[in-house]
Amino acid sequence: MIRQGEVDFRTRLQNWIPKVVLSPSLAMVLVFVYGFIFFTIYLSFTDSRILPSFGLVGMENYSKLWRLSHWTTSLTNLGIFAFFYITVCTALGLALAIFLDQKIRGEGVLRPIYLYPMALSFIVTGTAWKWFLDPGIGLEHTMHLWGWTSFKFDWIKNRDFAIYTIVLAAVWQTSGFVMAMFLAGLRGIDNEIMKAAQIDGASNWNLYRRIVIPLLRPAFLSAFVILAHLAIKSYDLVIALTGGGPGRATELPATFMYSYTFTRNQMGIGASSAVIMLMTIAAIMVPYLYAELKEKS
Amino acid sequence: MRYFNKKLVIVAALMATTGTAQAADVEVLHWWTSGGEAAALNVLKDDLANQDIGWNDMPVAGGGGESAMTVLRARVTAGDAPTAVQLLGFDILDWAAEGALANLDAVAAQEGWDAVVPPALQNFAKYDGHWISAPVNVHSTNWVWANKGILDDLSIDEPSSWEEFVAAMQKVQDSGKTALAHGGQAWQEATMFDGVVLSVGGVDFYRKAFIDLDPAALGSQQMVEAFNRMATLRSFVDDNFSGRDWNLASAMVINDEAAFQIMGDWAKGEFLNAGKVPDRDFLCFRVPGSAGAVSFNSDQFAMFNVSSPEAQAAQGEMARAIMSPTFQSAFNVVKGSVPARTDVPNDDFDACGKKGMTELAAASARGTLVGSMAHGHANRAAVKNAIYDVVTAHFNGEYDAETATEELVTAVDLAQ
Amino acid sequence: MSSAQTQSVRTGRVTRSFIYLFLLVSALFYLLPFFIMLLNSVKPLGEITGGNMMAMPEVFTLEAWKAAWSTAQVGVEPTGLRPYFWNSIKMVVPAVFISTILGALNGYVLTKWRFKYDTILFGLMLFSCFIPFQIVLIPMARILGIVGLSGSTYGLILVHVVYGVGFSTLYFRNYYAAFPTELVRAAQIDGAGFFQIFYRILLPSSGPIIVVCVIWQFTNIWNDFLFGASFASGSGAPMTVALNNLVQSSTGVKEYNVHFAGAILAALPTLLVYIVAGRYFVRGLMAGSVKG
Repeated sequence: MIRQGEVDFRTRLQNWIPKVVLSPSLAMVLVFVYGFIFFTIYLSFTDSRILPSFGLVGMENYSKLWRLSHWTTSLTNLGIFAFFYITVCTALGLALAIFLDQKIRGEGVLRPIYLYPMALSFIVTGTAWKWFLDPGIGLEHTMHLWGWTSFKFDWIKNRDFAIYTIVLAAVWQTSGFVMAMFLAGLRGIDNEIMKAAQIDGASNWNLYRRIVIPLLRPAFLSAFVILAHLAIKSYDLVIALTGGGPGRATELPATFMYSYTFTRNQMGIGASSAVIMLMTIAAIMVPYLYAELKEKS
Repeated sequence: MRYFNKKLVIVAALMATTGTAQAADVEVLHWWTSGGEAAALNVLKDDLANQDIGWNDMPVAGGGGESAMTVLRARVTAGDAPTAVQLLGFDILDWAAEGALANLDAVAAQEGWDAVVPPALQNFAKYDGHWISAPVNVHSTNWVWANKGILDDLSIDEPSSWEEFVAAMQKVQDSGKTALAHGGQAWQEATMFDGVVLSVGGVDFYRKAFIDLDPAALGSQQMVEAFNRMATLRSFVDDNFSGRDWNLASAMVINDEAAFQIMGDWAKGEFLNAGKVPDRDFLCFRVPGSAGAVSFNSDQFAMFNVSSPEAQAAQGEMARAIMSPTFQSAFNVVKGSVPARTDVPNDDFDACGKKGMTELAAASARGTLVGSMAHGHANRAAVKNAIYDVVTAHFNGEYDAETATEELVTAVDLAQ
Repeated sequence: MSSAQTQSVRTGRVTRSFIYLFLLVSALFYLLPFFIMLLNSVKPLGEITGGNMMAMPEVFTLEAWKAAWSTAQVGVEPTGLRPYFWNSIKMVVPAVFISTILGALNGYVLTKWRFKYDTILFGLMLFSCFIPFQIVLIPMARILGIVGLSGSTYGLILVHVVYGVGFSTLYFRNYYAAFPTELVRAAQIDGAGFFQIFYRILLPSSGPIIVVCVIWQFTNIWNDFLFGASFASGSGAPMTVALNNLVQSSTGVKEYNVHFAGAILAALPTLLVYIVAGRYFVRGLMAGSVKG
């Protein structure tokens, strides 16, 4: 950036300033993120129970973990949850974005309506969702009172369907954000490309399918990464809606990890499940980061 | 223990210099945030205020203390433990084993706690022979709460055996009402399981299974029978039970929608709040088949290590105030439980409270007072939750009784 | 960064009606939970427990709102949520400010003062956005204890800055990547220093991304429960902890109308931020993080 001849004290200082400015953030991240990750990995090989302890027990926690049917259940649930959550959120977000992009009257009103759930935590909305989904006082009850007596909506009470109510609430919370990402992507597309395609006589359907959606590839990727990591971290939502029940039908790895670490006093097993979650997140994130950063630099 | 004591010293020094807590204050971590409970705690707060001891309130509600336990861990790890913490059962002993709790022997000796606290309770308030915690109350879990109006209408007598109980529930169900009000949360199912296991095998079987964790008892035919009884109870529950809070289940009994609820004695508060009178509007009796046995749990305030002499003095005063007969009576009348000492007069208690006090004293004398598995007084948190897993999975139809019994043996084994 | 609409898509009347219908039905879906909360917060308790959650209130009352704000039992004190509201403000404002400034400076360094391995450092920082917070609780508590910040608002601010800086760096880096480097070079040749360039040239045109970053950090920090409950002292606890105590009270009568009113009160600041600044949100996203 700076030509060789000008290297005097001032420019040398200027060369150091950027690194000095960056270093506090970097130091924080190294200690509070990577330091803690290594601490967790270490804990996963110890016999920690109520508090961290440093007696090494080798792989025992991991072998216990995989023998717990509780853990495999929560992994299966995560698979179902993540698949539907990511697909539905992406589809709904994309549809809303494309429709909103058609010079809609009242876009200024609709957009914040789609976005606002992002602003609320599930401590706030959990009670309302629980109510709404409860057949005894919620939607089903209301429909009955309104005369539609054969209406049935008892998913939250049903072992096979409860996980989909979690999907529903999660989609409600984040699909607006996905919509905003796609909308931003759509607004960034060059109008000339669209015009050219239309002059060629492409139908709206083909225009979007062949041209617009492929151009949104970066938005799809960002959405996928954000949704995937939110799915793995999902915790508040489950606690607020079902507490993991009925039975263990909505137990997820995040709730599993929390409960083993903090309520069951089996911190070693909790740490080993955290390590597996971290590895999963890394498996999604590292290739993405690699591709993204390589492209840009 | 390990790195802990050293850390406590360092941080104690820090605390002294930064002075984040005033010397003569007590900081109290608890999860009693609802109206009645908070009112009861206020009695204690005022007691202490009279002695110029300030009360730094630190409530963390949620999940029967689960969130509070997370916070406690963070605070102790930071070396900044609260003065007093509401704790249950084995958690107290686990913290004592970490060397985090203070010694209350001086106050205990002055006040003669050894003579008035039931021995079964002392097991959780003492560690290594030293007092570490002040019990506030004794709850018991093997209670049935019944709507008297419904029973009278259907001319059902108070059932005294399991068979009579099943017949009574059948009669209620035939009449179109819900027989058993229940909230489908793991701890509520486990609370019923306490009573059911006592009704199947009595105190001996309960001890072998839940306290000694004897694999033979856990995998026995009696355990299969216990799971079968749970399935019977499941068949008398309405369709909408899953996830329901326990107080909403109590409300069903109060509002004449359901006849019975199996729940600990904290449920009584709901009935009293609704203006119901024991023996006139509702009945309280032990889970049929478990009469004579009492499965208890006790809320205690464990005292954590504090450094300054002033803080230690305040801590001692707090422990003394908790154990005073007036507080024990005032608090437990509100809370629905019974006092943690046996010499408190029962004048202020209602019929169910008096019954609870008599039965507790009798069970303590006969040796049929056992710690509640569901509420962490039979075994450590890991084992408790492992049993929860199996009980709730079975109750929700994931296992049949035989599989549940096998799973129980495995789960308990893995949790140790 | 104008929000140019795509001009060229033409749609027929039937398609348009369908689009409007879809958008309106979705809007209802998004509004429903909030509507239920609002509706039931102005009913007396008796009307809620016996009745229909969707029914209009027969008696309209603001008692629940007053109770939630100033008289409801939160712990042993009947203080309502009011004191905790200020605790949250005291924590959120500095934390958002610091993490945004740090993010802006980091983004500036990472795009305009590049050096060897800077992308790797950025990748390392970015990964911090994705760790589950439950695992950091215990080690964080130890560190806060060692530096003497346990149970204080400063400790909480530190924690939120640490875990917020990854996202804010991401936003600013992507935004500044599109900013013409020639301008920075020119200013350098004119003798402007590191901070001068940042202050005079980059900052004035950073409006949209500052809005995105502030919205993001504000909502995340305001809504945090886990750190607030673990690292604040009792009377210094943030709003979410108090709300949780109000709503989750383990036993006793559940005053749903007060719970709903309290929940809305706790959410008001974030809602306000979204409604006031929301229109810049898409614009900011468009300018920065997605196109990259």
